[in-house]
Amino acid sequence: MHIHRYEKLWLIIGSFILFIFLGIVAIQTFFLDMGPPSHAEIIDPQTVRESEIFADAELTEVGDNEYEIAIIAEMFAFQPGDLEIPAGATVHFTLASPDVTHGFKITDTNVNVMVVPGHISKISHTFDEPGEYLILCNEYCGLGHEFMASTIIVK
Amino acid sequence: MAHINEAPIRHKGIAVNEAAAAGITTRDIRLSAANLSIAFIALVVGGVAGLLQGLVRSGFLELPSWISYYALLTAHGVMFVLVLTSFFSIGYLYAGTSRVLGGLAPKTLAFGWTGFALMTVGTVMAAFFILTGNANVLYTFYTPMQAHPWFYIGLALIVVGILLNCVGMFITYQSWRKRNPGKLTPLFAFFANAVFVLWVFASLFIAVFVVGMVIPWAFGWVETIDPMMGRTLFWAFGHTLVNIWMLTAISAWYVSMPKLIGGKVFSDSLARVAVVILVVANVPGGFHHQILDPGLSVNLKFLHVIQTFMIIFPSLMTAFAMIATMERAGRAKGVTSLLGWWKTLPWSDARFFALIVAMLAFIPAGLGGIINASNQINQVVHNSIWVTGHLHLTVGTTVMLTFFGISYWLIPYLSGRKMTRTINRLAIAQTIIWAGGMLLMSGAMHINGLLGSPRRTANTTYNGSSAASDWAMYEMLMAMGGVILVIAIVLLVYIWAQLAFIAPKGEGDFPIGEDYSPSDASPLFMDRWSIWVGLATISIAIAYVIPLINFASGDMPGSPPFLMP
Amino acid sequence: MKDAPAANKKGKSRPDSQESSLKGTFVSVLIIGVFMLVSWFSIFLLFLERN
Repeated sequence: MHIHRYEKLWLIIGSFILFIFLGIVAIQTFFLDMGPPSHAEIIDPQTVRESEIFADAELTEVGDNEYEIAIIAEMFAFQPGDLEIPAGATVHFTLASPDVTHGFKITDTNVNVMVVPGHISKISHTFDEPGEYLILCNEYCGLGHEFMASTIIVK
Repeated sequence: MAHINEAPIRHKGIAVNEAAAAGITTRDIRLSAANLSIAFIALVVGGVAGLLQGLVRSGFLELPSWISYYALLTAHGVMFVLVLTSFFSIGYLYAGTSRVLGGLAPKTLAFGWTGFALMTVGTVMAAFFILTGNANVLYTFYTPMQAHPWFYIGLALIVVGILLNCVGMFITYQSWRKRNPGKLTPLFAFFANAVFVLWVFASLFIAVFVVGMVIPWAFGWVETIDPMMGRTLFWAFGHTLVNIWMLTAISAWYVSMPKLIGGKVFSDSLARVAVVILVVANVPGGFHHQILDPGLSVNLKFLHVIQTFMIIFPSLMTAFAMIATMERAGRAKGVTSLLGWWKTLPWSDARFFALIVAMLAFIPAGLGGIINASNQINQVVHNSIWVTGHLHLTVGTTVMLTFFGISYWLIPYLSGRKMTRTINRLAIAQTIIWAGGMLLMSGAMHINGLLGSPRRTANTTYNGSSAASDWAMYEMLMAMGGVILVIAIVLLVYIWAQLAFIAPKGEGDFPIGEDYSPSDASPLFMDRWSIWVGLATISIAIAYVIPLINFASGDMPGSPPFLMP
Repeated sequence: MKDAPAANKKGKSRPDSQESSLKGTFVSVLIIGVFMLVSWFSIFLLFLERN
């Protein structure tokens, strides 16, 4: 199979570019703990609302400007909804769904995770910039999907 | 090694209709034409749905209470991405295979017609339940959202119908190989066979999901279903499907484009290598649709990311091969400048023009794809309308414009008519209008996605949020793009009607390129599909066995149904 | 099977003009490579900024 000199060069250069991309995301994922949210924990969707983690959950301080909140993603709201946190706060979100698959996305951040019934999702973010952030469900979940949103106010 | 130069080998006992175009019998014509007709109808239905969606999302239209935005969205997705692409691909690949292999085997026609019937009935059923609001589950029909049980029967019929068409292809392909020992299969047939091999893999995954899991659950024979298992099986199918479209589209680039420009196939062997890589490495990229899912380990996700990146390699090869084909053709005409040969291409031939605009669209389409698949970078764009922009560039422009370009020779080839100068000019205009509309709409979608606007969401400002106010202008551009696209569809319908029924009779050919050099021919073992199917099975197993077993045996609690509506 | 030695001979004796006649292709694909880098790093920077 004769491969033209320029094609060989191009394929090497192209592959090299792809290796750079893969290398960067690999280093971030495996050495800087910046990989995609991949929490592995089972929960029965039919017991989510009464479970210890999620029932009457509130924003809880767990460290210096560090918080935890367990949120139920359901048709068609996040429970608890609107949140208020101080600037610079790190928040650890724990999520589950008692019904269908939802998405949890906070605009202007990389917080973007699927909430699939049967599984608990976890994702964290440090809110350095004060302002108003929109939380929205970005996975179609039924005829009220476009109403499913809440707000985070960072003071 | 000679492919198209030998006289077609007729199957015993079939009278050839001399009035039919060279290399294809009336029986084969009818089967392809039937498939293209359904594709045609799907284009119109899907297009109308798309227009309405764009108008709703930009606030120009409010839907009546009896139909939801999400019903239209489901129709748009199913009609374009499942029905149109499948029927068109089958019609095209069967016709081209008949052309290069000297006719379809009688058993192929039996499988083809049965498959066509099942697919058509399934399509009508699915469309009925979607448009009556009984299947507001979108094209992905993620469980535990549940549609009317007979909607899923419709989907199952489509899948089984496609599988029958796959068998049909294999019969003709293997029959030709048996009758032509020691000869390389024509490149077009190799591409076609690859598409149907991939389709078998894809269909098996979706069949297990739909028939094995969803239908029992939808009819109430089983109480719960595991949504993660469902997503995983779906995307093994869904991801493979996009490469099925791509392989179908690039068959025209590799095999027909050279003939259209008066050039030669760049390299038969490298083309087959690209095809084989696509078949072997394809299915195991499915998790790049699930990068942000819980319950799948970081390692497994990264494995799929690596396998996705492996698929980029054949596209790098394709980019080089396509441009090299064009440069060689230009140099043969005497061009010596570095890039002057771009000008010698037949830009005024609509068949070529549609193809090259499609190829150019493949650049931003592919770039977006690399970004989407880059592991944690996916968090920037996942489920935003950027992804919708991406898919309108890939299937909506690259694949669709290629299909339109193909239709400009395929329909005359089947109907025995010719592409007149007027129709050619209209087709050029159609290409420009379509590409322009897509560029506008998709461009606005990419930007809006980065601004945070979600995909698959009806019109909303999220209670007047400041984030959402940024989206309004781009949503208007999206609607404008949609209107432009509908104009392009109307034009296309007119062109197709002309080419199929009204244009003057003539003899058009199905352009098949010749090899640049005999030494470019592949070694014969490339035709041994048992090798590639075996390797693909292994690579799929590496990617999917562990997570599927995990989900199956992990005592998953399972979800009851949530009816949509 | 393909006649390997003959193919090699053909490859070696191909005149230089044939080899260089794909320069335009090479330049074109390199431009694509540049787009690959620019587009990817733009989104990567956005990712870092939002982190």
